[in-house]
Amino acid sequence: MVPTSSPDNRSVVQLASVSKSFGDVKAVDNISFEIRRGEFFSILGPSGCGKTTTLRLLAGFEEPDEDGGQVRLLGETVNKKRPYERKIAMVFQNYALFPHLTVARNVSFGLEQRKTPKGEIEGRVRRALEMVRLKPDVFSSRMPGQLSGGQRQRVALARALVLEPAILLLDEPLGAIDLKLRKEMQLELKALNKQLGTTFIYVTHDQEEALTMSDRIAVMDNARVAQLGTPAEIYENPRTAFVAKFIGESNFFDGRVASRLNGEWEVQREGGGSFRVPHTSNLKVGQQIRVAVRPEWMDVQRPDAVPPGENALTGTVKDIIYLGETMHVIVAVPGAGDVTVALRNEGQLIKPLAWKRGEAAAVAWLPEDCQILEED
Amino acid sequence: MPAFRERALAWLYTRPQARAWALVAPGGFWLLAFFMVPLLIMLVYSLMPRGIYGGVEPGFTLEHYARFFDPLYLQVLQRTFAWSIGCTVICLFLGYPVAYVIARSQRWRTFLLFLVVLPFWTSFLVRTFAMIFLMRDTGLINSWLLKLGMIDEPLTMLYTPFAVMAGLVYGFLPFMILPIYASLEKVDHSLLEAAEVLGARPAARFRRVTLPLSTPGVVAGSLLVFIPALGSFLTADLLGGAKQVMIGNLVQNQFSSARNWPFGSAASFIVMALVLAAVMLYLRVKDRSAGGAPPL
Repeated sequence: MVPTSSPDNRSVVQLASVSKSFGDVKAVDNISFEIRRGEFFSILGPSGCGKTTTLRLLAGFEEPDEDGGQVRLLGETVNKKRPYERKIAMVFQNYALFPHLTVARNVSFGLEQRKTPKGEIEGRVRRALEMVRLKPDVFSSRMPGQLSGGQRQRVALARALVLEPAILLLDEPLGAIDLKLRKEMQLELKALNKQLGTTFIYVTHDQEEALTMSDRIAVMDNARVAQLGTPAEIYENPRTAFVAKFIGESNFFDGRVASRLNGEWEVQREGGGSFRVPHTSNLKVGQQIRVAVRPEWMDVQRPDAVPPGENALTGTVKDIIYLGETMHVIVAVPGAGDVTVALRNEGQLIKPLAWKRGEAAAVAWLPEDCQILEED
Repeated sequence: MPAFRERALAWLYTRPQARAWALVAPGGFWLLAFFMVPLLIMLVYSLMPRGIYGGVEPGFTLEHYARFFDPLYLQVLQRTFAWSIGCTVICLFLGYPVAYVIARSQRWRTFLLFLVVLPFWTSFLVRTFAMIFLMRDTGLINSWLLKLGMIDEPLTMLYTPFAVMAGLVYGFLPFMILPIYASLEKVDHSLLEAAEVLGARPAARFRRVTLPLSTPGVVAGSLLVFIPALGSFLTADLLGGAKQVMIGNLVQNQFSSARNWPFGSAASFIVMALVLAAVMLYLRVKDRSAGGAPPL
């Protein structure tokens, strides 16, 4: 039995030790989190991580296992409630517009099912279409088959928002839209979330999308929540190697804690050399640790010109990749594989490149830029 | 020869219209030769005086068309329409649930479809004879009911309208199930989930989503049952006896024992015109009610 803690009156969704299995496969394994009122909350992860099942548990298409914890919406346990009994709306990945109904009747569908007074319906449909920037006079009488992908997505959004739900679930709604329109819709969705005060729960596998839009992100891996936090927390403080790899890029370094030195830990690498990490109380001498360092927090230096106080590991320049905004210098460091260093393009890159393939170089970074990782 | 083949293909490649004709031609020729030409012959026959030994004599007459409006024949016509419509409606109500279950099942789908088409492995004639053995006074049904003591004397089933309707429904049911199945199978499951999350209970989901989206199958199935039922004669002949005559029996009779080809042809054309009118009316009504709900 899950203790019924006094629910935060700001939290509209609570998952308490929720599990869901399909046969022998655990799709969702004992996850718990709360979502606050009005929040833009993303569930991010690779395919098969359990994010869609989590959303379907919230929508009511799936029921948690027996003893599979509790799903609470607006303070009410809804484990056994069917979707039509929940006060939610949902936008589907493939839009799921009714092909036999006009745009207006698609949007009014939910209102009709929820016995909204007839006189109210037309006005609310118009307002919902305007909200998603579709001119009601132009689009009301169109059939879904006559719309572009982006327009369909807007109709699907209007169909959900017209119900004025407290909670809106979005299942990868922008997956099938081209990049430019997707960026536009991301900003619009975020603006709608703030403007309406509706709680948005957004499932995506696109880390950039999640970082752009979310107030908080739950990163899922292998049916569990690997990390939950604001985009900045997750990017700058990844807790596990999975999170560090999945959100942005990371370089990993392994070693054994050797000694404490001036408030820093000295970490001895197996293949020789060492680096320092900032003082953290829960490290012990002799402990095996792994740290992650973001490519843009690193620099490439001549092996003999590393600034004092920085960590440095020497290797050979393997490749130089020009990306416009940045340039990636890939340095093969013995025992650490290929280390990627991202140099910002501040105009210096048009000059003759400072680095050549095969040259000896040191990757350098500040001890405080090391993220000490937990086991996955 | 290969050079010719390549040149012909290259020629077709640049001419979409010629290509379309080339694709239509073989089947089109078949229909022209074995459908349109006989139809034309029938039309001509129906307008000529009857020959004494069958066939026709030179001349022009409308008497065969006029003769059809005899109350006797009109009664047959009325009965035929009533039975065909009845058969279509019964097939719809029996067939839709079956099609629905097949479309929804995962593991058993292929097997169930196999069962639906299984009757086609045997000739319709043989299967209709089998129904005689089931339904006659000393047949399987009566002997069981007698044995079980549920009846004291045999129920008369054979040579009644019931027997004909049972035979018609049995014969045409697969033609209703298959098209409805085909359209139900295409209904995207996420549409039902969308409806559910929008507040629709199971009955509303069926009425507002599943049913309208399966209309093409219902229309196709209804036509595939109604039209052949209207022209059928074997079922009424074997299960209905002398009293339960359908228009198909009448036509068949004119061409065989009565040897009145002109009248048989005229009757065929009248039925054809009525079928065309009925189908057009049906499609018009269907279009008007498309979507299943009044416009907003």
